Amino acid sequence: MKKIQFLAAFLFTGLLLTSCDDNDNPIAINEEEVITTLTATLTPVGGGTAITLQTRDLDGDGPNAPVVTVSGNLMAGAVYNGTLVLLNETLNPAEDITEEVEEESDEHQFFFTIGGLDATAVSTNNDGNGNPLGTMFTLTAGAASTGTLTFTLRHEPKKPNTGLADAGGETDISATFNLVIQ
Amino acid sequence: MRVYTSLLMLFISITAISQNCNNTLSGKVIDLHDNMPLAGASLIVAGTEQMVTTDAEGNFSINNLCDLSYNIQVSHPYCLTKGLTVKLNGNEIKNIYLEHHLEELNEIIVNGLLVNKKLNTIIEKNISEEDLERYNSGSLGDALNSLSGVSSLNTGNTVIKPMINGLHSSRVVVINNGVRMEDQEWGAEHAPNLDINAIGNIAVIKGAGALQYSGNAIGGVIIAEAAKVPVKDSLFGKTLMTAATNGRGGSVSSQLTKSYKNGWYGTAQGTLKRFGDFETPDYVLSNTGIYERNASFRVGLNQFKYGFEALYSVFKNDIGILRASHLGGAEDQFRAINSDRPLIINDFTYNLDEPRQEVTHHLARLKAFKRFNGLGKLSLQYDFQQNNRLEFDVRRGENSGKASLDLALNTHTLMLDLENKLSDALNLKTGMVGRYQDNFANPETDVRRLIPDYDKYDLGIYGIVDYSLNDKWLLEAGARFDYTFIDALKFYRTSFWELRNYDQLFPELVIETEGNQVLTNPELSFGNSSATLGANYFINDGYTLSFNYSLASRAPNPSELFSEGLHHSASRIELGDLRFTSEVAHKFTVNFQRKHEVFSFSVNPYINTINDFMLIEPTGIQQTVRGNFQVWEYRQTNAQLFGVDVDAVYNFTKNILYKHQFSLVKGYDQTRNLPIINMPAVNTQNEIVYQNSKFNNLRLSIQSDFVFRQNEFPDNNFEVFIPETQTTELIDVSTPPDAYHLLNFNASMDFAMNEKSMLTLGFSMTNITNTRYRNYLNRLRYYADDLGRNFLFNIKINY
Repeated sequence: MKKIQFLAAFLFTGLLLTSCDDNDNPIAINEEEVITTLTATLTPVGGGTAITLQTRDLDGDGPNAPVVTVSGNLMAGAVYNGTLVLLNETLNPAEDITEEVEEESDEHQFFFTIGGLDATAVSTNNDGNGNPLGTMFTLTAGAASTGTLTFTLRHEPKKPNTGLADAGGETDISATFNLVIQ
Repeated sequence: MRVYTSLLMLFISITAISQNCNNTLSGKVIDLHDNMPLAGASLIVAGTEQMVTTDAEGNFSINNLCDLSYNIQVSHPYCLTKGLTVKLNGNEIKNIYLEHHLEELNEIIVNGLLVNKKLNTIIEKNISEEDLERYNSGSLGDALNSLSGVSSLNTGNTVIKPMINGLHSSRVVVINNGVRMEDQEWGAEHAPNLDINAIGNIAVIKGAGALQYSGNAIGGVIIAEAAKVPVKDSLFGKTLMTAATNGRGGSVSSQLTKSYKNGWYGTAQGTLKRFGDFETPDYVLSNTGIYERNASFRVGLNQFKYGFEALYSVFKNDIGILRASHLGGAEDQFRAINSDRPLIINDFTYNLDEPRQEVTHHLARLKAFKRFNGLGKLSLQYDFQQNNRLEFDVRRGENSGKASLDLALNTHTLMLDLENKLSDALNLKTGMVGRYQDNFANPETDVRRLIPDYDKYDLGIYGIVDYSLNDKWLLEAGARFDYTFIDALKFYRTSFWELRNYDQLFPELVIETEGNQVLTNPELSFGNSSATLGANYFINDGYTLSFNYSLASRAPNPSELFSEGLHHSASRIELGDLRFTSEVAHKFTVNFQRKHEVFSFSVNPYINTINDFMLIEPTGIQQTVRGNFQVWEYRQTNAQLFGVDVDAVYNFTKNILYKHQFSLVKGYDQTRNLPIINMPAVNTQNEIVYQNSKFNNLRLSIQSDFVFRQNEFPDNNFEVFIPETQTTELIDVSTPPDAYHLLNFNASMDFAMNEKSMLTLGFSMTNITNTRYRNYLNRLRYYADDLGRNFLFNIKINY
């Protein structure tokens, strides 16, 4: 009987002690891998005003939809040098994710999909193995038209590949812009 | 009248005399649990009042019996008395199995059986140790799948989540050696953390009835117990080894028990299991391996007046999740679902890569009991569980290889129970339980917490009575009340907090604002009542009719309350609701059964009405820079589930038997008049077993497993724009796969090595026809087929 009383007392004490630790407030987590912003800058070859395409979603996976902006129209027959910049703006200062993608260039690739627009886009930079990476590209505008340009970033695609349909991997970014060639 | 009676009597005696009355019934009386012969058992033949006693080897022989049916009563001092009917036609040899009266001798160990005894009116199914051993390289869920009404929600083929009558996760409570498992069981892709090789007996209670453990088991309770230790001087053990071709791996499990006549005993047990990638008939399921290590130790003293037991077990499991199931957004989902093969197939490997899970579960339990004259038996139990769950996703940059989810859940439980025999016919069991739980989500993952940090306090009190009205009727009633208090610290995205109007509803919960997040302190309390009421009517000849009503209440789990964000493994955004109240279920069951040596069966219809049932359903599409994701939100509704489970066993001859089972369940959301998602399809299992005890206990069985197509499902399909093709495509996440039929074969033989050791060799084959199939209840069915043919080789040594 004594044994049991002792056991009971011991256990109750244990329970009380363990349930008394004070918890400090947890720290906020700002996810480092979130990409909030994609900016494509299209600079006309031979000079002129650059056009920026941007999609920005400051709450990441939260309920707010991304804000998509296009600064202007493309000119028929013009050729543009394009660069892509990815940011995580939930961090302060904002983190440049493009650097990470370029460091792991053989695991990433940007694809350019054009719908309805008379234009072509091709990657102008390569990964370490000489396969396209696509953070830099050339956009050639054809005749006047309207349509879409989609940037798709795939993680761990098959490399080399014949295009998006063949690439596999996981989609890290998919951003579509409505464009006009005038 | 008297003349007629005399004539009748005369006639009967004449026929009796004219019959052959030189028959002998002989055989052995054997302990059902360890197959040991029972000496000193007495057999009484009703009518002739002949009585014989078994010898030291358990043998008996009854002479001068006629070609008639006899009722024989078999009793033994430590066993439950058993009545049986034997029809003689010539001499007959018959072995009689008796169930040890465990309550007196092995009280501390066999809670499961105590539960069974107490819950007579509740539908309960058992799996014996022998059957469990056939699943020794699988998991608890695999073994439970062999019972009618029990199915599983799978993630691949290593994460097997038991489902009882269509319900799972928080609605199914797992009791492991008297300890309620607290292992993040709310998650559909979190399997129970216990080693199938450490279990001696499993009982499944299809309802909320095990009130001494929980009041919130709306689906049911699974009670797993270690094998009993006999009160005698002995040293024994067993080793099981299995090798399998599919997965190119196997398992080794060993246990050793030392026991003494004075009641002291100790057991040590360990399991090691390793498989590489599994395979379908056509391709490798890349990254589906498993590596499991378990150990457990028990020490105890078991006497009639008092006893105690200390138990410690550790369970560690690394599980790979199909690589092709890790997706970006809806576009990836479209590609994956519309490809008939997984998008990633690599060569076979034992390596586990991301995505994967790493779970460690420690369990320590101390239990003691003492009997007091006049008061009854008082038991006190303390248990501590520590569950650490790590989930690794495919990540980028410096975060590559870092866990995305790192939860540590500590649970302390103290239980005090009193069992009291108020009279010969009336038993009372009462008790109380206190539980403290602390969940910690490690911020070093650098991923927002899926489940927040919280402290949870539970206090429960219960009472159960059973009353034997007479030989025919047994009545029982029980009630329980639980109080739950949750104190959480949760970061919400400000955009979500405002969208839900929480900023208007709960402004007092906000502690601070940080960037685009708010830290809140929800303090939630729930009072839950549960009850059970039942009656058993023993008809005769082994026929029993039982009725049971159970009321169960379940407080919302952390995921239903706090989910808010992307659930990677499901490729969808999941949103919980802070305003949820407890769900309350009313379940009525009827069970009609017959226990007979030739034809036994049970038919068990039920209806379960659940108010404020929490379910998750798609509500829209959310755009992010990453692409589109389907949004799934939890909602409360009124649900109704009903169905029937049928089991039957027919003995064609002494050596050949046929087993049948059939399960049907339907579930509807009554508010919206829609079927509930993930209800098991109608299925039936049929098995023919040949067993010959005279030829090395040869056992051969062929089993057919037919699963119908689920035709009732909610339409959760959605459309998404695919830039590559410039088209809008339908993503079919709803349509269930086709029906399938699997054939399995099993063979085993025993060989005596010496007086004390026995070798059992086994061979089995699953999916003999190498059928391609997909299972509606496998969460990875969108991406890949299920397992192809598998050959398994087993060696068991008992010593």
